[in-house]
Amino acid sequence: MTVRPAPDSFLLEDYLAAHERKSLLRFITCGSVDDGKSTLIGRLLYESKRLFDDQLATLERDSRKHGTQGGGIDFALLVDGLASEREQGITIDVAYRFFSTDRRTFIVADTPGHEQYTRNMATGASTADVAILLIDARKGLTRQTRRHALLVSMLGIRHVALAINKMDLVEWSEERFKHISAEFRTFSVNLGFDQIAAIPLSALHGENVVEPSSQASWYAGPTLLSYLETVEVEQKAEAEPFRMPVQWVNRPNPEFRGFAGFVTSGRVKSGDRVRILPSGLETSIAQIVTMDGVLNQAVAGQSVTLTLSDEVDISRGDVIASLERQAQVSDKIDARLFWMATEHLKEGDQFLLKIGAASVPARVVRVRQRIDLASLASVPVSSLGANDIGHVVLALDQPIAFDPYTESRRTGGFILIDRESFDTVAIGLVDGAVAEQPINLHVVRNNAPLAWIKWTGEQKRRSALKAMSWRVIGSVATIGAAMVLSQDIRLAAAIGATEVVTKLVLYYGHERLWARIRYGLSFATGQHSGGPQSSGAK
Amino acid sequence: MTGWRDGAMRRAGQPYPQGPALERELPEAGLTHLNRLEAESIYIMREAVAESDNPVMLYSIGKDSSVLLHLALKAFYPAKPPFPLLHVDTTWKFREMIAFRDRRAKELGLDLLVHTNPDGLARNIGPISHGSEVHTDVMKTQALKQALERYGFDAAFGGARRDEEKSRAKERVFSLRNAHHRWDPKRQRPEPWQLYNGRKRRGESLRVFPLSNWTELDIWLYIHRENIPIVPLYFAAERPVVERDGMLVMVDDDRLPLHPGEQPQPRSVRFRTLGCYPLTGAVESTAATLPDIIRETLEARTSERHGRAIDKDTAASMERKKQEGYF
Repeated sequence: MTVRPAPDSFLLEDYLAAHERKSLLRFITCGSVDDGKSTLIGRLLYESKRLFDDQLATLERDSRKHGTQGGGIDFALLVDGLASEREQGITIDVAYRFFSTDRRTFIVADTPGHEQYTRNMATGASTADVAILLIDARKGLTRQTRRHALLVSMLGIRHVALAINKMDLVEWSEERFKHISAEFRTFSVNLGFDQIAAIPLSALHGENVVEPSSQASWYAGPTLLSYLETVEVEQKAEAEPFRMPVQWVNRPNPEFRGFAGFVTSGRVKSGDRVRILPSGLETSIAQIVTMDGVLNQAVAGQSVTLTLSDEVDISRGDVIASLERQAQVSDKIDARLFWMATEHLKEGDQFLLKIGAASVPARVVRVRQRIDLASLASVPVSSLGANDIGHVVLALDQPIAFDPYTESRRTGGFILIDRESFDTVAIGLVDGAVAEQPINLHVVRNNAPLAWIKWTGEQKRRSALKAMSWRVIGSVATIGAAMVLSQDIRLAAAIGATEVVTKLVLYYGHERLWARIRYGLSFATGQHSGGPQSSGAK
Repeated sequence: MTGWRDGAMRRAGQPYPQGPALERELPEAGLTHLNRLEAESIYIMREAVAESDNPVMLYSIGKDSSVLLHLALKAFYPAKPPFPLLHVDTTWKFREMIAFRDRRAKELGLDLLVHTNPDGLARNIGPISHGSEVHTDVMKTQALKQALERYGFDAAFGGARRDEEKSRAKERVFSLRNAHHRWDPKRQRPEPWQLYNGRKRRGESLRVFPLSNWTELDIWLYIHRENIPIVPLYFAAERPVVERDGMLVMVDDDRLPLHPGEQPQPRSVRFRTLGCYPLTGAVESTAATLPDIIRETLEARTSERHGRAIDKDTAASMERKKQEGYF
């Protein structure tokens, strides 16, 4: 290696100052198989000059051996680093790549498109600020695009770049571009995205990725890179109420007892009053200890060790929280789940739930609904299949402290761990504590559009009311019909009453019966779009 | 900056400092990228310690290990890191590395375990006589497994970074290994919101990579910011080298057989990564200070592992090594 002589004007302090002012953007790329995600990342790295000479040489060599571009550079090989990925030409696992421009530092998670590996996509999405959803201009929205959009929304990403790729294969048709972006906007109207930026591009030819395209004169928007450099994502964690899950109790000697953790939200100063959850004990911060000295305050994103002014009993998993805007505590929670195991999730299943630093045994009390990917409607079910997203109720062995996920990602997100294999089998979001009211089994229809942001008790009451009114209307109609046919008001009333009772009992029994039958469960979803299907793909 | 030195020298039992020692006020714009990386790594280390029974830190003496050790001191301060350091010694490390290792462990008062594969030693396995593949397998991969089993470690920290190599870019922060220490890239656990699942069955173990999201440049900027001691081989100096297959090999001792007519030449070189000396290429450089090194890193046209012979053995060689239990 030779090092080029550096300009004399290089001043480390200036460089460091500029480097520290750069903001960090975490983003993911997702889409279906063969939409060109890896090619796009490779192109971004290549054009933002983040490749070294020896990496380029390896890439050229690999392109000749494994490449799909007839000997030309295959940028996908830059990120598809596993041997089986190269063999099959697909992405299996998330690849994290790092690059920076003069304006921003980026961490990009390139996530797999295969339905089988959607769990890896969800991992990448959970910490991202922005999602790039790739769409093949020839295919339009697929089932997997919808699933990804739903997961991206569910995991709290509010900024989406709709990268409509392979525009060169549709002659840069403005009509096609507008059709796809309109279709996506209609589909995602209830997904709560703050901003959707549709960008026509060709990752393979590098058009509208870093350099503007000469082909799309009708498009006046930014290139993908300039979108990423300028998109405004709010960093609100510091304005939120203080939370610090305790990871480790630090007791080097009898005089020192500190509680080590990562501040997930808000800020804290020495002297602040805090509450320990779930116990509810109140105390105050004595000192914020770090190896660099005692700090006067700590903010979200810092790892610190807190000492408290009282001798309180705290162990790993407890949450130290501000007094105002307190976290919730409950042993029964409503949650949304992304189920990742191949076996079905059923009522009664038991897991370990990990949230923050706490791990507690958990049981599925009820599987309520599955989100239908085509319509985004909630469909009543009694189990969830692989890669399904649905609503469940979980009962925990001990109460935990949490925030609704919509208010705080790091204290509202959890994982479920299988008790035998110890695999992580579900990603979950806490919606809230379960209200102490029995849930009406007859709430079978809830076609209200998804509103992740406001999944509250009000909607449940609304559904219950709807079910009750439907039941009343049904009974009145039965009595009316019996009345007309039999001309006997007492017989009609008896028929009406019998109908109400038998339907309730039969319905319940029928549901119970089907809950035991596994037949056809994984195919129960409406296969509306012609997207790639799960098991067929290798 | 006095941070770590004070911390390291302070004995448990002595009072920790009372204000006003806030060294670095938060910048107006909030935490810097390095602040966030540091906090994340500390968080990872604490999770791994809390979720394992018998953790250990793999200490390879390189710059990443130096940063990892520094972060471990920070994560558990004022306590000492609640785990020993393990160095798998192939007996072919640079002499300066070994001297540095022993000095640091002594200064910090940490437990240092050194393991060398006794079978390999008995069979005289070495990179020159047996080639880099056999040497790496016997003296590193097998030796590491022996050490982990001998002491019953169920979680091991390593300093690997995702920007180093493509298969590392695919690895989780908590990387599960089966009873044979094998890595299965298709069975990795999702890690949403940095919720690491440290549960494992009997015989399984974890490799934990707190520096996953750091880049080479981040490492250098952090070493500079925190004034972290590193092996002097990273700084340019006149050293005796021979040129072989485009690689500058430093003649560190008399075990390197010289080809006929080959004469070690003193050249101003430094190392971007450190390993076994016959397998680690030097780069020509005059960068003798950290700012010089940072400038070189910014302008480098080759990746840091370019100088490593073992990465080039065969295609996807790192992935295969990892599947076989290499770190």
